[in-house]
Amino acid sequence: MDISLADLAFIILAGFTLLTALGVVLFKNIVHSAIMLVFSFLGVAGIYFTMHAGFLGLVQILVYAGAISVLIIFAIMLVMNQDPEKTNLPSPNIPNIMAGTYLTILLVGALVGSIWFTSFPEKVAPVSGDELGLLTGLMLGDYVIPLELAALLLLVAVVGAIILARGAEHK
Amino acid sequence: MIGLTHYLILATLLFGIGLFGVLAKRSAIAVLMAVELMLNAVNINFVAINKYVVPDTGVGQLFALFVIVVAAAEVAVGLALIINIFRQKKSVNLHDFNLLKW
Repeated sequence: MDISLADLAFIILAGFTLLTALGVVLFKNIVHSAIMLVFSFLGVAGIYFTMHAGFLGLVQILVYAGAISVLIIFAIMLVMNQDPEKTNLPSPNIPNIMAGTYLTILLVGALVGSIWFTSFPEKVAPVSGDELGLLTGLMLGDYVIPLELAALLLLVAVVGAIILARGAEHK
Repeated sequence: MIGLTHYLILATLLFGIGLFGVLAKRSAIAVLMAVELMLNAVNINFVAINKYVVPDTGVGQLFALFVIVVAAAEVAVGLALIINIFRQKKSVNLHDFNLLKW
């Protein structure tokens, strides 16, 4: 059994992503959780790079690791009014934790089992090297209306977020 | 040899971690972060299936891009809601958010 360089990269990145994701869920201090979240996003970006989805990896780094994590850390700083070591405790409700653990184990077990024993209709990927051209062709061709709707959605969401956060003025 | 199966299993594990976070955490921001992990897992699935099942189109990557856009909008609105509730309740604990219960 020989492991190529690409396989080794996948194994390292997958382990890194899963460990940092566990850190997000298990750390007691929510600031540490947020920093682990940034590393987890970077690991997922690396996973995209191993799949030759370079543009998506860059978007992941820019939007997730850049913008969304800064937004989350900002919100954490705004709402922290207690001891930082106790900001990210598990739910005090024991049935909640039990239900979460059991549901997660059940879902992951069932899905991993069914994925492992399914044979997918894989094709040998033609190495085109021009994913970006393919993507832009789709974006400005068949999917131009969803693209414009996505832009509109972002605008409305950001304006709505500003109004929600600073409060609308009642006349 | 890494193939589609390994990517799908990685996405499943990541989704499971996110699901556990959503169900077992009490801080609203922690729940939002766990939802982000789940969305990332879905994106890995989109890109992996695009690469290994329909490699001659880019539709999976495009949908992953749309998921990222919607996730960005969701985080902005969700955090604004949490900050707004924090002003009234002085807490981000989900068990204190019972305005609609009687």
